[in-house]
Amino acid sequence: MGIVEARGLTRVYDGLVAVDHIDLDVEEGEIFGFLGPNGAGKTTTIKMLTTLLRPTEGEARICGYDVIRQPSQVRRVIGVVFQDPALDDRLTGWENLDFHARLYGLGKREREERIEEVLRLVDLSEWADELVENYSGGMRRRLEIARGLIHWPKVLFLDEPTLGLDVQTRRAIWEYILALNKREGVTVFLTTHYMEEADYLSHRVAIIDHGRILAVDEPRNLKDMIGGDVVIVGCSDPRPLAEELRRQSWVKGVEAHGGELSIYVDHGEKKIPEIIMVAERLGVSVDSVLLRKPTLEDVYLRFTGRRIREEAADAVEKMRNRAMRRWRR
Amino acid sequence: MNSAEIQAIYVMWLRHVKRFVRARSRLIANVIQPFFFLAFLGMGLRPINFPGLPSGLVYLDFLTPGMIAMSVIFSSMFAGLSVIWDRQFGFLKETLIAPVSRISIVIGKTLGGSTVALIQGIVILIAGMLLGARISIPGTIPAFIFMLLIAFFAVGLGLSIAVTLKDPDVFSLIMNLLMMPLIFLSTAFFPLESVSDWLRTIMYLNPLTYLVDGLRGFLIGSSSIPLVVDLSVALGLCASTTVLGAYMFSRSEA
Repeated sequence: MGIVEARGLTRVYDGLVAVDHIDLDVEEGEIFGFLGPNGAGKTTTIKMLTTLLRPTEGEARICGYDVIRQPSQVRRVIGVVFQDPALDDRLTGWENLDFHARLYGLGKREREERIEEVLRLVDLSEWADELVENYSGGMRRRLEIARGLIHWPKVLFLDEPTLGLDVQTRRAIWEYILALNKREGVTVFLTTHYMEEADYLSHRVAIIDHGRILAVDEPRNLKDMIGGDVVIVGCSDPRPLAEELRRQSWVKGVEAHGGELSIYVDHGEKKIPEIIMVAERLGVSVDSVLLRKPTLEDVYLRFTGRRIREEAADAVEKMRNRAMRRWRR
Repeated sequence: MNSAEIQAIYVMWLRHVKRFVRARSRLIANVIQPFFFLAFLGMGLRPINFPGLPSGLVYLDFLTPGMIAMSVIFSSMFAGLSVIWDRQFGFLKETLIAPVSRISIVIGKTLGGSTVALIQGIVILIAGMLLGARISIPGTIPAFIFMLLIAFFAVGLGLSIAVTLKDPDVFSLIMNLLMMPLIFLSTAFFPLESVSDWLRTIMYLNPLTYLVDGLRGFLIGSSSIPLVVDLSVALGLCASTTVLGAYMFSRSEA
């Protein structure tokens, strides 16, 4: 039985199906990536799993607790970092964590120890007594991740944990996520529309679009579905080399474009020496070799027929930033 | 009610009070308007003898309880505004997702909002006394309790309105369009006895009339309506808006 389980989970907003009969089985201890463009239904799914929204249809269980019938048991075993920041700017980092710890019923001693522990985990110990309004975007996100962990949740939900952060900060957040998964042993359910993020962090990835799950597997297996690697060879005399390669059992296909050959194989890095040996036997000189591994982007393209809607996501981010600025006045 | 719920009530209260203490500009903004009314109207109209003003009292004595009620009501209603801010900032989700009952969260918010309102009311009370208003000292103790009732009523009302709104500007608009006329049409600024019959009818229909009048009864020992009536109305209002606020809040989705 999965630690997060959903069967036919559905949410309809005013006739619009945001999440359409999805099934999920997240295993204990894994980092499960929920990959899809904005508006695919990721946040709605998280809201249903975390008891903030009632499913229109279907059911979901966290650690065996039903999200509809046992919301308070569910709330006790989950930590959530929302897509939009959910900190109190007027309180210090430490006070934000203390607020959370008290809401979750931790005793005084427990609170103090745990707050220090999670602050250390995200390297914010020195900033504990600073008002959150003086924190940078990355620090806020780290503080939220720390807060989500305070009450020793079994599952940590991270909704777009690096949205709106710059590249270095994003990398840093990734390392914190890997560290907490390892050190705290907490199962992580994260949504993202960043391919590299899903690829780098997740043990398994579910691709969601228009409220439906299109594929679930390890990133590597998903990429293998695309049909392996492409080795692109530039050489003096492509035609005989292409003919000879087509006769090899390990070659899935060869295409010639001008002076270059695209050779489709599994485990491309291991096949490069063999390709060169074939070329040498024929007396063809190889000028260049390029190995291209399929990315999740290719997988996504294959399943949806589209590139992920990055532009749309950027537009949403801009709007969010504008709204935040308005708020900071 | 177990200790986790009490803890939750406490922490909601604590947050509200801490935020208030840190936002000094808000304290000043909330207190300044009733203070100016008190200082300028109270001093300016001092020589005028209002019809219906109890004998031996000057306008400042009459106005002080009205301005205390006004500042308590406004400050309490702004506890509702904090819900909208929390929704905008996303912090509301943090409280909605906690494993405690919504009722505890509402109780904590109500107590927090009322504490702040009481402090502001006391600031106006002291200001009134410094300006020369004659306040019954033994009356202040029941007056504090009455101020709390007013605060509970206004926090509940503010919450009920705020839960249905997303835009803080709309909330401010409602405050100005709804609460200002209600304040002016209560007995905060002028006595019931001084107005024409039709206006008096409106004032009798206005719930704030009873809140202001009751507070005045305790503070200066003179009320136009029997204190029992004022107190009953206050208790009824307070119970109904608190229940309404709790109900509305418990149904809200993030």
